[in-house]
Amino acid sequence: MPPGGSGRPSCLYHAGAISLLMCLHAVLSHATVLPDERADGMYHYYDGGGVRVTGPALLVRKNLTDTVAVSGSYYADTVSCASIDVVTTASPFKEKRTEYGAGVDYLHIDSLMSLSVTKSDESDYTADTLSMNYSQDVFGGMTTISMGYSRGKDTVLENNDPTFSDYVNRYQYRLGVSQILTPTLRVNLDYEAITDEGYLNSPYRSARIYGAAVPEQYPRTRDSQAVAFRAFQYLLPDSSIRFEYRYFWDTWDIGANTAEISYSTYIGKPWLAELRYRYYSQNNASFYSDNFTQSQNYMARDKELSTFKSHTIGGKLTYTFQTHPSFVTKSTLNVGYDHIMFKYDDFTDVRTQEPYSFDANVARLFLSVWF
Amino acid sequence: MKPAKITLMLLFLCSLSGCAIEPWVMPYEREHLADPIMSSSRDPIADRHRQHVFDTREAARGAVISEGGGCGCN
Repeated sequence: MPPGGSGRPSCLYHAGAISLLMCLHAVLSHATVLPDERADGMYHYYDGGGVRVTGPALLVRKNLTDTVAVSGSYYADTVSCASIDVVTTASPFKEKRTEYGAGVDYLHIDSLMSLSVTKSDESDYTADTLSMNYSQDVFGGMTTISMGYSRGKDTVLENNDPTFSDYVNRYQYRLGVSQILTPTLRVNLDYEAITDEGYLNSPYRSARIYGAAVPEQYPRTRDSQAVAFRAFQYLLPDSSIRFEYRYFWDTWDIGANTAEISYSTYIGKPWLAELRYRYYSQNNASFYSDNFTQSQNYMARDKELSTFKSHTIGGKLTYTFQTHPSFVTKSTLNVGYDHIMFKYDDFTDVRTQEPYSFDANVARLFLSVWF
Repeated sequence: MKPAKITLMLLFLCSLSGCAIEPWVMPYEREHLADPIMSSSRDPIADRHRQHVFDTREAARGAVISEGGGCGCN
């Protein structure tokens, strides 16, 4: 009974407390689990538009207790770059990027809290990111609500000018809902807002005014938002189909649409195959031009800010096998491949004076072990 | 009516609605949903690389399942 209260309010508070407990019980009644304990080793390959990127990657997750798991990752890119930007304004170059990551997951009843850090280094760019994520299962595990925040701090350098140094601050806010609709259908709705502040262009790239090269100049802030809808449908007896659509918009007046569909099926006992198609389109930034006719405060000629479309066709083949020693529960050998076709509407290849386009081949070979 | 009573009535209604909205897919009916081919990210290391490839060549970003870092090649 509250101090100084009568019997009636006591009943009310009691009923309220029971109601609250019933409410919470109805909402919180499902067992969340930690991520799988597994180790992955991958070799990745990208070749397209004069750029070749290859390297290894590792990811290990291990449970320390029933409620705490840790993870570590390593990722390396060896870049051989002779892209159209480079060959038309500078000399081809080679460089290496390495990224280290560490994370911890904490499970508490029906909620999962994750904290992770990544550190990426290359000769002219460093990026440090801290991420926090929280997810909660509700309504008997049929709904999962998630939210996240990331803080990035990057340093931009220029290999040809040791005196140049600038920064980028990045803030990311995520919200997501995953909902089970039927025994074979789950849908996700995700939203993310990102704010960048700092030096957002490349110190190497140039814009053009009547064909003459001038340094690019970008705004020092950018706010973007994206919302994505995903649906996962199981198809009896042993297949699934996935559909995804994302709409993106930002304060640079870029709008983009991404749609993807994939189909996965078991082929016999040990084989799993996935086929997928992805479509992407975007319009150009308000300060983008292939060839400016007058100088203005902000000028860009980055083809990633132009109007273009891309089509991606790909797939993945997985072979599952049992291995020794006995602590290994399952292993898979995987090969994935994507063929991407980029076609630019307002970015000219100055060597041919034709609209630029290129194809890229992307491959991944990786071994995964569950323990 | 005092705010405390209104709050308690709302809590009571909330509990009633919580009872009314029963989970309609029971845990024992979720075998197919738990299959790896229904996972949002079956292989995080590969999905992360694939997303990094797109992030470095497109202006759009965010609302993806995996995250990446660094700037990539110009």
